[in-house]
Amino acid sequence: MAEHGGALEIRGLSARYGPVTALDAVDITASPGRITAVLGANGAGKTTLLRTISGLVKGADGSVLLGGRDLTGAPAETIARAGIAHVPEGRGVITELTVEENLRLGELLGTARRGSRNREHRLGTVYEMFPALAQRRRREANSLSGGERQMLVIGRALLSAPEVLLLDEPSLGLAPRIVAQLFALIRDLVDREGITVLLVEQNARSALSIADTGFVLNLGRVVAAADAASLAGDADLRHAYLGF
Amino acid sequence: MQQFVNITLNGLSQGAIYAAFALALVLIWRATRIINFAQGAMAMFTTYLALPLIESGQSYWAGFAAALVAGLVLGALVERIVMRPVEGGPELNAVIVTLGLFIALQALAAILFGATFQSFPAPFGLRGFTVGEFTIAFTPFSVFVIGSVLVVMLALTALFRFTDLGLRMRASAFSQEVSRLLGVRVGRMLTLGWAFAAVVGSLAGLLIAGGNLVHPAYMDAVIVYGFVAAVLGGLESPGGAVAGGLIIGLALSYVSGYLGSELVTLAALGILVAVLLVRPRGLFTRVAERRV
Repeated sequence: MAEHGGALEIRGLSARYGPVTALDAVDITASPGRITAVLGANGAGKTTLLRTISGLVKGADGSVLLGGRDLTGAPAETIARAGIAHVPEGRGVITELTVEENLRLGELLGTARRGSRNREHRLGTVYEMFPALAQRRRREANSLSGGERQMLVIGRALLSAPEVLLLDEPSLGLAPRIVAQLFALIRDLVDREGITVLLVEQNARSALSIADTGFVLNLGRVVAAADAASLAGDADLRHAYLGF
Repeated sequence: MQQFVNITLNGLSQGAIYAAFALALVLIWRATRIINFAQGAMAMFTTYLALPLIESGQSYWAGFAAALVAGLVLGALVERIVMRPVEGGPELNAVIVTLGLFIALQALAAILFGATFQSFPAPFGLRGFTVGEFTIAFTPFSVFVIGSVLVVMLALTALFRFTDLGLRMRASAFSQEVSRLLGVRVGRMLTLGWAFAAVVGSLAGLLIAGGNLVHPAYMDAVIVYGFVAAVLGGLESPGGAVAGGLIIGLALSYVSGYLGSELVTLAALGILVAVLLVRPRGLFTRVAERRV
């Protein structure tokens, strides 16, 4: 898995929704083998940031580079094929398909990315990681609970053999115990496979507990950038932007 | 008794044609949530393209293949050029565009091929099989019609259920955004969906034309019956479309045989209204609700 993990560089990224500036000249670098957390209140621009990186939001200024390759303005499917897996907030499951069909879509992308000669069947590894999914593999995905859906979208993203994982609020709606498991799993994956993770969270405390680096967004601007420990130790910043 | 058998057999082979047409509608509905009102005109147009080939001395099958290939190309072109600009906008816009296309193609056919009746050959005999001393209303061509519709239905079901391409097409139909995030080239899937649908529509056009007269409006009645069949089948599944087609074919054949052929169109609309009132999701689908 040594080929995994190009650095994700975001340079001067600005995006507008009509007259509203959602992102204002944002500079963020996420490095391979590290978890980079993007924190901030509701409406700070976190989700817009991820949607712009993955090509769902068009017409932004600035640039997005993966391992030096310029992906600015490319269509979402091209960006996905380049190795950026965006796990969207809450609604990334295709509920009309079965659990296994959802996973196979990730595997198809992974096969396309790795080249067809290297077609190992990796669904088994996801089922090992998430036994709950294995039990429901033939069921329609809309029968899954919130936690199981989160497992499904993360497992599906991993099957696509990503270099960069964009996680949008993975803890949303999950019980604290599940969040702890999920974060431990993400940490373990990053350490083992050296992928790059950009983690967007409102739950700043638990995000900083697994992240290496953090950026704080407020009204579309980066207002703080530091290693995770010093962000968590900065009481003023925590009170002003992070709510803990 | 003989009359009943004949009416039933006739209904089955007519129904198979409505089924083929309903299959084409279902394919596009699944992919884009649009009813393609131009489907009949597209099928008429590609069927007309087969005529000069056959009349110039080529075999029926050369014309048949040419019409299907023309359907593939026409479907892809229509999606790319005509439908792409209105995709993602209000559904009504897309529906109006398909209606415009319907009128344009019909007018173009009249200009190119003439607004007259022309006879279209059939590849198999049109004389009914004989059972004992009776001749029944079931011809070698009817066997071909029913057989080819069943083959198409099975092929489509296998495509959607067992292949990677089918999975990508279904994913694109259900969620374009998530599919794109998974690297699925959604635009290409839509083009393919329209192309496949147009091939199936072209097949329906050829099957109706076989042994009959064609003119630029010869598909108009089939559009209505095929649409009723698709709605009856629930608009979602290839199997439902075929079942719906056969039911409509049989029902209309009984109406025509026992009540009078002038009531057929009325009966079709009656069935449509009844289905939409009593079971708007169709007889064969699990989807909870649908906007009509």
